[in-house]
Amino acid sequence: LALGAGAAAADPEADLVVNGEIRMVTKTDAPAHLEGHLDTIRSGWTFRTSETQALQMDDFDNPGMIFVDGAQEAWDTAEGTAGKACADCHGDVAEGMMGVRAVYPKWNEAAGEVRTIEQMVNECRTDRMGADAYKYDGGDMAAMVALISSVSRGMPVDVAIDGPAQETWEKGQEIYYTRYGQLELSCANCHEENYDYYIRADHLSQGHINGFPTYRLKNAKLNTVHARFKGCVRDTRAETFKPGSPEFVALELYVASRGNGLSVEGPSVRN
Amino acid sequence: MKKAALGALVLMATTGLATAEVVAPGEVVMDEYGFVPAPLTDQPGDPERGRKIVGTKSLGNCVSCHQITEMSHDVPFHGEVGPMLDGLPHRYPVAMIRGILVNSKNVFDGTVMPAYYKTDGFIRPGNGYTGKAAEGAIEPLLSAQQIEDVIAYLLTLEDE
Ligand code: HEC
Ligand code: HEC
Ligand code: HEC
Repeated sequence: LALGAGAAAADPEADLVVNGEIRMVTKTDAPAHLEGHLDTIRSGWTFRTSETQALQMDDFDNPGMIFVDGAQEAWDTAEGTAGKACADCHGDVAEGMMGVRAVYPKWNEAAGEVRTIEQMVNECRTDRMGADAYKYDGGDMAAMVALISSVSRGMPVDVAIDGPAQETWEKGQEIYYTRYGQLELSCANCHEENYDYYIRADHLSQGHINGFPTYRLKNAKLNTVHARFKGCVRDTRAETFKPGSPEFVALELYVASRGNGLSVEGPSVRN
Repeated sequence: MKKAALGALVLMATTGLATAEVVAPGEVVMDEYGFVPAPLTDQPGDPERGRKIVGTKSLGNCVSCHQITEMSHDVPFHGEVGPMLDGLPHRYPVAMIRGILVNSKNVFDGTVMPAYYKTDGFIRPGNGYTGKAAEGAIEPLLSAQQIEDVIAYLLTLEDE
């Protein structure tokens, strides 16, 4: 390890309590469907340095919360031809959106397919408000999803993988284990077989998405799940899938389900 | 015939060598263990150039997965995904090392190590690291000469 990357890894047993009150589960037994693959699941937070970890413990230090404040304004502001705001239909975000982050992506009966939170937000914007859709992985969307996520912090991720969602989940699982690109690397090669090791200067985590949207110190903004997927696939010298594509929706459901039992952390802080 | 001449020309342009006979990626001769006994070019490998390739992100980037003590003073951040390479020539014959570089999967079944001298069989290959689809024929990650240079460097690695 002497040759390993510079910054010291933090104590993996450290506790994450946000604002002195939201106690997060950052390490727990893996869900049953991961039997033979992982015994224990760990939030990406446990792999970061103690400096980075500390930034997530208080909303005043978490740079992601500035974007949440901005989204709160958008939540209350009427937009589009219907002259409506999110608040007009959903009320106070803390009530209307409580628990939503924990169960998405989720089967949507009306649409007849699995939908992400981003897709729901855009459906409300275009079909119910008469407003323009947000760019799927853009800043406005990341901020709105961070606001929605923030009111579920501390709740266990609990996405459904059976029933009508099962087919999509299986497709996501297949993508997770496919070795893409000229480097022929799958998500599992890095995040299941080699987590906790350094790959060059990066301390590999298990690649969970319970912390999304994440504020990354590296690019100083909130990052969506699909933007992260895109970056990881690109790094295998592969042609990526598009944010919002059926492939990434399926992959998101599957990756979310690997983290069933961890706490919703978004907006989290990562490097 | 024409194709071979063109290959030599391209190599001349990229390495500045006068002439070189090169074994194309699809024509590498290997044994049942995936070992490759014969060099990929008729030009000897250069350990200095090989060292650069091993430590440089845009080239071999081997240190992203392997630690090499000899390199630790000038190349930071060695990864831990693969075994340490110190003393490698005392462990493995050169044909095995060449086989690992050409296509590691032939030597270590299912390994995460990329194949450096392979041009087909990829799923959704990209155009470098752009995230866009590859266009035209895919170049191997390293050229024949670069592979020989890397081998020449690896053969200098002593136990530390
Ligand atoms: C005119 C009413 C209306 C407005 C305005 C509206 N929504 Fe909705 N929203 C709905 C309805 C109705 C649903 C349920 C749709 C369904 O389940 O198929 C919904 C569902 C959602 C969901 C999924 C929630 C869940 O429990 O599954 C999210 C997230 C959401 N809206 C976000 C927003 C945001 C963000 C805005 C503003 C940018 C907004 N909505 C504006 C009516 C509205
Ligand atoms: C070549 C190695 C590699 C591959 C292959 C790879 N990743 Fe990653 N991934 C990383 C690195 C390095 C990071 C940054 C450190 C970390 O959080 O693990 C990362 C981070 C992530 C994160 C952020 C975790 C957090 O807590 O913020 C997610 C999610 C993720 N990857 C998912 C995936 C998925 C899904 C795939 C497959 C489509 C994939 N990765 C493929 C290397 C890889
Ligand atoms: C993405 C990770 C990765 C990269 C990049 C990588 N390797 Fe490897 N390499 C491995 C792993 C893992 C093994 C162990 C084989 C196995 O899977 O059992 C290995 C094995 C080896 C071995 C055999 C070592 C031993 O003691 O068994 C050599 C030699 C080697 N690699 C050289 C290289 C060189 C040279 C490069 C760059 C041109 C390189 N590797 C790039 C992951 C990598």
